[in-house]
Amino acid sequence: MELLVKNGFVYDPINGVDGEKMDIAVKDRKIVEKLNERKARKIDASGMIVMPGGVDIHTHIAGSEVNTGRLLRPEDHFKDVEPKTPKTRSGVGHSIPSTFTTGYRYARMGYTTIMNPSMPPLEAKHTHEELNDTPMLDKATYPLLGDWWFVLEYLGQGQIEELARHVAWMLTTTKGYAIKIVNPGGLEAWGFGQNVHSLDDQVPCFCVTPREIIRGLCKVNKLLNLPHTIHVHTNNLGQPGNYTTALETMRCVEDLASEDKPAIHITHCQFSCFKGDDWRTLESGAKEIASYVNRHSHVTMDMGQVIFADTTTMTADGPFQFGLSELTGNKWVNHDVETETSAGIVPFKYRRKSYVHAIQWSIGLELALLIEDPWKIFMTTDHPNGGPFTYYPRIIAWLMSRKAREATMKRINPRARSRSLLPSITREMGFYELAIMTRAGQARALGLEGKGHLGVGADADIAIYNVNPETTDPARKYKTVRKAFKHAAYTIKNGEIVVKNDEIIKHVEGATVWLDVQTSERAETTEEMKRKFREYWTVEYENYPVTEEYLEISHPKTLKADV
Amino acid sequence: MINLYPLMQFKLPITPEGISPDLFQGKKREEIAELKIWEGNRQKTLKELFKVEEAKAGEMSIAIHGDVSKVRRIGAFMTVGEIVINGNAGMHLGEEMKGGKIIVNGNVGGWAGSMMRGGEIEIHGNVSDYLGAPYRGSNEGIYGGRIVVHGNVGNEAGARMKKGILKIYGSAGQFAGFRMHDGTIYVQKDCQARAGACMVNGKIVVGGLLESILPTFTIDSVKAKVKVEEGETVEGPLYVFLGDLAESGNGKLYVSKEKNPHLSDHEKLL
Repeated sequence: MELLVKNGFVYDPINGVDGEKMDIAVKDRKIVEKLNERKARKIDASGMIVMPGGVDIHTHIAGSEVNTGRLLRPEDHFKDVEPKTPKTRSGVGHSIPSTFTTGYRYARMGYTTIMNPSMPPLEAKHTHEELNDTPMLDKATYPLLGDWWFVLEYLGQGQIEELARHVAWMLTTTKGYAIKIVNPGGLEAWGFGQNVHSLDDQVPCFCVTPREIIRGLCKVNKLLNLPHTIHVHTNNLGQPGNYTTALETMRCVEDLASEDKPAIHITHCQFSCFKGDDWRTLESGAKEIASYVNRHSHVTMDMGQVIFADTTTMTADGPFQFGLSELTGNKWVNHDVETETSAGIVPFKYRRKSYVHAIQWSIGLELALLIEDPWKIFMTTDHPNGGPFTYYPRIIAWLMSRKAREATMKRINPRARSRSLLPSITREMGFYELAIMTRAGQARALGLEGKGHLGVGADADIAIYNVNPETTDPARKYKTVRKAFKHAAYTIKNGEIVVKNDEIIKHVEGATVWLDVQTSERAETTEEMKRKFREYWTVEYENYPVTEEYLEISHPKTLKADV
Repeated sequence: MINLYPLMQFKLPITPEGISPDLFQGKKREEIAELKIWEGNRQKTLKELFKVEEAKAGEMSIAIHGDVSKVRRIGAFMTVGEIVINGNAGMHLGEEMKGGKIIVNGNVGGWAGSMMRGGEIEIHGNVSDYLGAPYRGSNEGIYGGRIVVHGNVGNEAGARMKKGILKIYGSAGQFAGFRMHDGTIYVQKDCQARAGACMVNGKIVVGGLLESILPTFTIDSVKAKVKVEEGETVEGPLYVFLGDLAESGNGKLYVSKEKNPHLSDHEKLL
């Protein structure tokens, strides 16, 4: 099918296009230089913004953890019901929507690619089953490897190359895309009712420290030439005073970075940016983190912005979630995933009038605005931990308009307001910077060549928003912008129009991207390994791998590793 | 005033977009007849299932004549006016209502007055389970308002109640006032076991036989009478139990001494 998007204001930061009025031609699912105008179907995008389809680097939308969250919260579903239509399937859920609804809601905001972080390798099949059922989006998932026994053992013995081969095997076996590390060492310690509190604490029963885990896996990441960096959820997440841990984590891989390529991605950084000794003296550490990130080029991060709404927190960080359940008294789930990781789920409501929640809200925005280079920080809510992804347009308004920030600021806790750095920040982002934070930057950080831009040869994933950058000043008319980004005028996925005026007009399936890492010699699946599977896992070694047939639409990305 | 007459005996669950004075206010009869309503998984208009009749102009009330036991969420989110149902009503009656009054001259399904914020519901029949209880998984009990039932009620009446009053002139099922935080529940007749389980605060008054007291309740005193609400007092003597101690609760469970001789052993502990 041929398609021509005419006369839109195009924002394509990877190719340096900043609001130029131009046409985008699409043929055979790709963007092309030009095509026969007479034959092509035309979309009149005059007076509208044309951007590459949105990319979300970190959003929990599939897997056993998300599904347990759904089971835990029937009340989350019953107030948000989407009936079926001739084109779409029915679904429910506000903070943890069912798979189909997730796909539709993302598409209606102009998103076309999402990354599902934190997949316990043992639950890989479940995760891929849910991803198969998430339509409209291309997706990938990161296996949790920071507390995986084999990783800890290899690291303890200092066998980095052997570990690299093992990680390559793991990524291919679980059909993963990047190395996810959550509270390194802490999750293993949680199996013994403990936690680690600094980068140099010893992990019980293994001769390693969190620092060694991060550095080791960072080296492995480099040896394997993986497209994304290590994706790190820091130690001490959600504890007052933890910004020093975040700084320490970034510092510990400083020497491992090659010149222009980042070496570490700190995810949902807002939760790792707390200053102060306890909850009463909590302050923002955004200034310190931002000044470090501004001076170094080896870090990328995402916001993990908090939204004042009812949501469900879920992470693989079992000890943190246990603490949260104690703090809130809410119902909770906590789970130790055999030899791999842990998990926890607690429903949570962020309140404007709560000092801590208001400070958290402020921290996320401070980070995004104080870090000068938008290629280093991306917009997420760590869905659903900071808030559901459906609130992204609100964050867009806050980033683009001081007036929008002030309007919210008026309604938050007064003590938090007086301590917030936001009133002193005058920066207001433009559409170009926004396009970096919501698609181009994320695609580049993920190493997705065909995504996040509209250059010739890119995948034809396009979002069109009904807002005119010439006549609309986003700083003043933030509500118009918010509305435009909430209801995309068009979303084009693989060259097909899937959303028109906020309505799904075609249900399409997205592909699952995974890494086929080719090492010079295969990781040895020794008898020792099989014995361990038999002894410590509930799943036999033979049943463990996710085969390619398991994926509905499989997009392997073949890589050549240095080992 | 709007009169609604069901056109048939409904077989499938009926979920209207809304049947409430707030929604009908300012609309002509024809507009009301065009409101959306779901019959099973099919979307229809109100006039396909009900005969809509305008009786007196300007009056904020609705009367439903006939059996609407399959119709859910009647009076949901209402804030003013009155709904009278001459027949049985379905589930989720008056869900999250904030004001106004609902009168049912018949029986009512589950979750009547669920998550209610204010207003009044009066039921001249029996009620199924979860009267004034939150939806499953939720902790939003009644935040305020008044529910009066002249018949019997099922299990878990007033679960997670936070404020307001629940008066039951018949008997109640198990777990009355489960996890209640505050407010008053009055059961004039008998009450099955586990009343007040996990309650933290509030008041439950049982005028008839209470099958058993949970072991996590402790006797506090014997009182001659207890006030249920302004102008209504229950004459005793009544045992006063405190609990639920498993939740470090300070709720009060008043039980008639005369009707519960099997509880007399507790008196020794006073």
